[in-house]
Amino acid sequence: MRLIDVAHARSGDKGDSVNIGLIARDRSDYPLLVREVTAERVAHHFAGVCLGEVKRYELPNLGALNFILTSALGGGGTTSLRVDAQGKAMGEALLFMEIDV
Amino acid sequence: MKTVRIANGQAFWGDSPAAPIAQVRGGDIDYLTLDYLAEITMSVLRKQYERDPDAGYARDFVDLMSEIMQECIERDIKVIANAGGVNPQGCAQALLDVAASKGISGLRVGVVTGDDIMAQLDGMVGEGVPLQNLDTGQSFEEVRDRIVSANAYLGAEPITRALADGANVVITGRCTDPGLVLGPLVHEFGWRWDDWDLLAAGTVAGHTIECGAQASGGNFQGGWRTMDDLAHVGYPIVEVSADGTFVVTKHPGTGGAVTTATVTEQLLYELGDPATYLSPEVTADFTALQVQEVGPDRVEVTGARGRPPTDSLKVSMAYPDGFQGAAMITYAWPDALAKAELADSILRTRLKDLGLPLRAIRTDLVGYNSVHGRVVPPEGSDPAEVVLRVSIWADDPDTVSRFAAEIAPLVMGPPGFTGLLAGGRMRPSRVMAYWPTLVPKSVVDPQVIVRDGV
Repeated sequence: MRLIDVAHARSGDKGDSVNIGLIARDRSDYPLLVREVTAERVAHHFAGVCLGEVKRYELPNLGALNFILTSALGGGGTTSLRVDAQGKAMGEALLFMEIDV
Repeated sequence: MKTVRIANGQAFWGDSPAAPIAQVRGGDIDYLTLDYLAEITMSVLRKQYERDPDAGYARDFVDLMSEIMQECIERDIKVIANAGGVNPQGCAQALLDVAASKGISGLRVGVVTGDDIMAQLDGMVGEGVPLQNLDTGQSFEEVRDRIVSANAYLGAEPITRALADGANVVITGRCTDPGLVLGPLVHEFGWRWDDWDLLAAGTVAGHTIECGAQASGGNFQGGWRTMDDLAHVGYPIVEVSADGTFVVTKHPGTGGAVTTATVTEQLLYELGDPATYLSPEVTADFTALQVQEVGPDRVEVTGARGRPPTDSLKVSMAYPDGFQGAAMITYAWPDALAKAELADSILRTRLKDLGLPLRAIRTDLVGYNSVHGRVVPPEGSDPAEVVLRVSIWADDPDTVSRFAAEIAPLVMGPPGFTGLLAGGRMRPSRVMAYWPTLVPKSVVDPQVIVRDGV
């Protein structure tokens, strides 16, 4: 199963970092996200894109996880040569991740 | 029980010109908030101001106000906008001129200044304020001579002063986006500056609507197909109670939707540590927020917690940092990928032969893997077409121009060069880089001036 089957996401930029909010479509799947979508796995998923580190914050109250990926936007903001310079599609890239149910 | 209805009508400079008008005409609101300033907008406005001392603010805002000013004054809808850019006084004067020329009476404009700290930079360096890059840790010395704008993010407090003085339009320069919403709430409810949970609630309310329709169905990853009539998407409104609880909603009959999912996506947007959302007047904690649907297109948010702010203000500075250019050529079946790759290789060989001093060069295959890269591998190896995009970054514009001259000759490379997507020969575009840093609150002194129309 891919994350897109159980979660939705929104991403945005802060300098050269991107944040990805990952939200369980059904609140009961939140523990699955906590178990499967670790910072390590997200770093592995974005290997070669995120050149810094991945931090994960838990928001059980919203059924959501928040990830910060540093050095992920090719310099970020106005200096990046990336097509997606602001990481707007990186939330969707995370949803491609395979998880074990 | 009294509630205050605050609408957002503009999430960024260039957002829908129809949105703020729809917010005014679509139903009752008490405040209209408008955000015009992206991180580097100030440097662009400073350039305009240097060429013309009457410029340097968001002209679009003046055009908008000339359409809605009369209605807003008659219906007592107050407008709070960070449209002042580097010249809030010039922006206020333009509004006063509009009122005068249209014979509109009752305009009272509050102007917030003091965010511009360019003149204080040398003094701060002398006093040992580090001003290092908040993201990269780089030393300020590296960019000090190139800085063209430096603005502190002011908060809600100066806005409350303008409202207390009877302003019905408040213009700020650089100001936090949530501050545009927190200001009216503190003014209306008389919240104290140490009511941490209430200040946090007002900040969360501001964060929820600061990106416009992102709270009400726009850019909604969780179900964009299910959003009705995005052509007429309703921009969000918060109805806030004195206890800090608020309902996110939109005007009836508009497109999009306000659901727990749309609101939750926006709560997480551009969020760092959710327990530590920094702002000038409060540090807000999102980790106990509760979001629940209380009616159609009505989502209640409760549980904001706050604690005292830090003693710093965030500052955004901008400095020129070279030039960029990007060329795009479309190649089609058969072997579209191989043709694009050959063209890229020819181009790079020629650039190497020329010895152009490039800071960076990047090749993307648009329509194939330019966005997700290897994270989401493209399907198939023989697409009907791809766009070769080659972008460069150099210190001087001539390098970018010389690069641009190498694009058209690629027509003599692999077959099927279908023309340049971006039109004629690319022109170098100046890069304005962004320098985020912190300054002690004590060095910033926000001022408020209120000016009457006729």
